[in-house]
Amino acid sequence: MSAIHCHQLCKTFRQGDEIITGLDHVDISIEEGEFVCLSGPSGSGKTTLLNAIGGLDTPDSGEIRMGDIRIDQLERGPLADMRLHHIGFVFQAYNLIPVLTAQENVEFVMQVQGIPAAERSRKARDILREVGLEGMEDRRPAQLSGGQQQRVAVARAIVSHPDLVLADEPTANLDSVASTHLMGLFSELNENHKITFVIATHDKRVMSYARRLIKMQDGKIISDEAQ
Amino acid sequence: MQGFRLHFVMLLRLSWRNLWRNHRRTYIMLGAISVGVWAMIFMTALMRGMVDDMLNQGIHNLPGHIQIQHPAFLDDPSVVNSIAEPEGELLAALNQPGVKRWATRIKVPAVIASERESRGINLLGVEAEAEADITGLPAQVSEGRFLESNQDQGVVIGAKLAQRLETRLGKRVVVMSQDPDNNISERGFRVVGIYRAEMPGLEEYNVYAARDTLQKLLRIEGRVSQIVIVDQDYRDIESLYRRIEKVTPSTLEIKPWYEIDNYLAAMFNMMDGFVLVWVIIIFLALSFGLVNTLVMAVFERVREIGLIQALGMRPRLIVYQILLESLLLLLIGLAIGNGLAIITVKPLESGLDISMVAEGMAMMGASSMLYPNLTLHDMLLANSVVIILGILTSILPAWRAAHLDPVRALNST
Repeated sequence: MSAIHCHQLCKTFRQGDEIITGLDHVDISIEEGEFVCLSGPSGSGKTTLLNAIGGLDTPDSGEIRMGDIRIDQLERGPLADMRLHHIGFVFQAYNLIPVLTAQENVEFVMQVQGIPAAERSRKARDILREVGLEGMEDRRPAQLSGGQQQRVAVARAIVSHPDLVLADEPTANLDSVASTHLMGLFSELNENHKITFVIATHDKRVMSYARRLIKMQDGKIISDEAQ
Repeated sequence: MQGFRLHFVMLLRLSWRNLWRNHRRTYIMLGAISVGVWAMIFMTALMRGMVDDMLNQGIHNLPGHIQIQHPAFLDDPSVVNSIAEPEGELLAALNQPGVKRWATRIKVPAVIASERESRGINLLGVEAEAEADITGLPAQVSEGRFLESNQDQGVVIGAKLAQRLETRLGKRVVVMSQDPDNNISERGFRVVGIYRAEMPGLEEYNVYAARDTLQKLLRIEGRVSQIVIVDQDYRDIESLYRRIEKVTPSTLEIKPWYEIDNYLAAMFNMMDGFVLVWVIIIFLALSFGLVNTLVMAVFERVREIGLIQALGMRPRLIVYQILLESLLLLLIGLAIGNGLAIITVKPLESGLDISMVAEGMAMMGASSMLYPNLTLHDMLLANSVVIILGILTSILPAWRAAHLDPVRALNST
């Protein structure tokens, strides 16, 4: 189900009296196991495209397919189910539920999926170990550094082996060491678990990890190159 | 089922922890709910106690839960509308174990005169032994004694009447009434007892003499005005009423207390309505705080709600989570409120002296002691109203949370 095809996607926003173009007839296909970076200046449409692919936002026109499913035509409930079972999200900040511990945050998605407690707990511990957070399972987000919080978010995004991980500026709030560590982790997961990654960023260090770089400007794709 | 359990555990954990994110707000809201619930139950117990007392007093004054009499007696309570003492099937039914007490009574209008004053009164010929269960009068005798037998030659009068007649214990009074042939019947009685009624107004009018003595005075041997029956509980007399009704001769009229006194019946029927209205009024005051708390809780967590939407939580589950949070708040508040109500009402159940407002209470038909009545029914009603209306008022903030736009929610500051 992982292949994503966007056809003639358009999205505009109203800001006061002004109409802003978020996406302008965007055509893009992303195949299973790809590691794609969306780059471009602020307002270029990276996040809008990411939100549309993830079903968080609905395009004004055009279509988005994930496998055989038309994401843009799904109702709220089925859309939530699709995100739950097929997509992992990593956002720039405020990624975690503050009242849950690191392990509970990782377990959250599995719990909504209905996975039994023992299996959930085992998988959460394994993935936290994999992202280098062993021994921090019982800490709440406020007790973790920014980098550690992002790693918990990554662990949560990948723990149930989604087909696709969408990450929006995942390194924006991290120092260079934490950024390098996180991107190394993404690469490793992409290679080992064949998870498709689509990362929106304007951080050149992040782009260096991508195997395909798509540049956007004013809601349009201006270049799409393999690296 | 397992999926439901998993979701429930997850929602419960989220709701519980979210509840304590802002301790101060939660404590304030819990305080408001607890005090509100306490006020609901405490005031309901006082009202229930007062109405119960008014009903009991009223039923004591009728008296009895069921009465059998001549069909014209209630409109014209004169000696001509007397009935024969019970016999046969009726007597057998009255003597069955289900009947707590029954007695025959004579009730006629009369005039009582001392050497100084005279007054119009209700002259009551009663069975001395039964009167404790029928009206509770023997316990109210403050001077002298109550009647000792059905042939007792004395009378028991109220303290207020004694004052009006300027007479006292041991003095003689003359009682005049009419016999069935409209001849004046009169005789002298010695005042053997003076009572102080729970309702002071009655002291002036009700004069008690022995039944057999009055039968002789009024020349109605073997006849009485009423047969009065007392069941175990005035709230539940239907089965006894049906049983007695079956064997009551068709020439007699049988009536339950709620048909004899419409005011008492209306009071009885309206009490539950009063309680419900009272509970809802208190809840309405509470609901503003509750909705405000939930709206604030949602407002503070907009970004978090956007996140859980993005992670794939269905809107339905978000609604459940907010409602569960509200339910937890309500349940804790209810537990504290119920506890406070029990702690404060129980010590007062032995009686609350309100003699300073006794005259006002007497006008309403209540006595000078108030016995708060904490019933399971009223507690369940208050708790149910708070939970049901609490959840209903929480639906709007919960629905709004579930239908936030995830992108806007995630980008909110």
